[in-house]
Amino acid sequence: MDTDYQRRVFDYTSATARGGRHPVVVVGAGPVGLATAVDLAQNGVPTVLLDDDDRLAHGSRAICFSKRTLEIFDRLGCGERMAAKGVRWHVGRVFHRDQEVYSFDLLPETGHARPAFVNLQQYYVEGYLHERAQQLPQLDLRWRSKVTGLARHAGHVALTVNTPDGDYVLEAAYVVAADGGKSTMRAMLGLESHGRTFRDRFLIADVRMTADFPAERWFWFDPPFHPGQSVLLHRQPDNLWRIDFQLGWDADPELEKSPERVIPRIQALLGPDARFELEWVSVYTFRCLRMNAFRHGRVLFAGDAAHGVSPFGARGANSGVQDADNLAWKLRLVVEGKAPDSLLDTYAREREAAADENILHSTRATDFITPKGAASRLFRDAVLQLARDQPFARRLVNSGRLSTPSIYADSVLNTPDSAHFEGAMHPGAPATDAPLAQDGRPDWLLRQTGNGFTGVYAAGSGHDAKVFAAMAALAGDAIPVRIVVVAPAGQGGPGMLEDSVGLFAARYDAAPGSLYLLRPDQHLCARWRVFDVEAVRAAVARASGNDLTAAEPTRRQQPMEHA
Amino acid sequence: MSAKLNVEPNMADPDAFYALLVDAHQDLDEEASSMLNAQLILLLSNHIGDLDVLREALAIAHGNMNGEVQV
Repeated sequence: MDTDYQRRVFDYTSATARGGRHPVVVVGAGPVGLATAVDLAQNGVPTVLLDDDDRLAHGSRAICFSKRTLEIFDRLGCGERMAAKGVRWHVGRVFHRDQEVYSFDLLPETGHARPAFVNLQQYYVEGYLHERAQQLPQLDLRWRSKVTGLARHAGHVALTVNTPDGDYVLEAAYVVAADGGKSTMRAMLGLESHGRTFRDRFLIADVRMTADFPAERWFWFDPPFHPGQSVLLHRQPDNLWRIDFQLGWDADPELEKSPERVIPRIQALLGPDARFELEWVSVYTFRCLRMNAFRHGRVLFAGDAAHGVSPFGARGANSGVQDADNLAWKLRLVVEGKAPDSLLDTYAREREAAADENILHSTRATDFITPKGAASRLFRDAVLQLARDQPFARRLVNSGRLSTPSIYADSVLNTPDSAHFEGAMHPGAPATDAPLAQDGRPDWLLRQTGNGFTGVYAAGSGHDAKVFAAMAALAGDAIPVRIVVVAPAGQGGPGMLEDSVGLFAARYDAAPGSLYLLRPDQHLCARWRVFDVEAVRAAVARASGNDLTAAEPTRRQQPMEHA
Repeated sequence: MSAKLNVEPNMADPDAFYALLVDAHQDLDEEASSMLNAQLILLLSNHIGDLDVLREALAIAHGNMNGEVQV
């Protein structure tokens, strides 16, 4: 029996030693704050996580979690539950009026531990992350603890925390602000996000019913049951269905939330005899926006607090979790004194670029779904009409380009290639999964990497002995590198993994002797055809910001933002 | 800008093309006419394919709006 995460209320505990100085305080226990805090705590950084409420997400909210996000949850120790509970899907269909015009398959190839997407209510994601958090003694989660004051000092940030017992002051070397789109942390610093508001309203209805729609994403433009607008249907666990109705800008949000208005809309889609219960209803508008800078000294913004997108493309929660993935290891190295503070600038730069990419895709999808004027509506309708018979036009149909992880191709943390590699894995890309075997048992490449720096070595060359000899030394460095040895199928020795179906070699162009250095967030930062222990150490120094001064003579100025 | 868009005469029978274009719109109301134009632009743009060529064509057409049209 599943926990009813929506009804869970968490107790406020009056901690004995509440104040004092902490390495990291995370504000906001949503998916992004929880992921950041779990990542830090499971890797040994004492972390305080504050939330102003005592509950998990109200309503299903973010429901589409991408393959990359599930891989991050795997690294955080709770991916299996998410994947097992979530509804797997990889096919999307687009309809215009009463005809299907286009379908897509998001994961046409096999050999990945995780599916392209699962649909899972945000309260499950938060619930599973929370239960993972409770396993970590280094994670101090404080409910009903609202930050009401923020003072920045040279060596720390002082937060005033309001609780049922009154106020106290908490000092932190670094603060992660993951307190959502209406971030009070952002407001307290006098900062704003900038971007575009779209003049449209959407109705979300979560409906409980038994229905035989397949587990696919269905998107209608101008369907007979909701003329002139769009509709999106998604399946969630527990016989819950997400239906998203475009309403137009003139819709009255309060009126449209009433069951008398919602139920006929759903009956129009499902038919008059359909039996269903309304679980959750919400009317929303959205903006595509971001803060000019995600880093403000010792305060780092992540998730919706830093950036916002339209829901079409599932780029909100997914990109937020990827912010956490990027930030946690950098913060850890900095608070451990193993990396300079400037490493945190690369969080801002890498994730600001990712936000721009997400905003670009999201804005384009929204312009298609919600045309701005007569001409853009005309071209949209022309594309949809052509798409029925003309393959080229199907590629122009945009009902949301679904979240894919960003590639930090221009990151200063990458070591440029010194040899030629084929394929899609480039420095800065998140490591692609591949099936492996260990002692005859199936395993996955991504399960063997992450949290620390990992070197994935393709065995079978004359350099193997040199690599084995250097393994202990690399593992003992200040910033350790764990070497994972992958041998061709049938050739693995003790402690090695085998490339059971050859997909590691294929996806990484991994000729024997090649070495791939993955950051703690599993992004590739360097690779070589020939092993050289000093080159590995230089790449780790570079990827941890320890030679940023050489790579980058001028440090970026914090841009001014107006309040 | 590297001129990739061919603006030199490229049609064997320009008058026939022009008649074809105008005739296609003959029995259409304004809305249908607009839809025809939009579909034509999409079909021909896909045939051209090269974004630089299309960008150049758009820039020329846009320049002829004499500043009356805002981007």
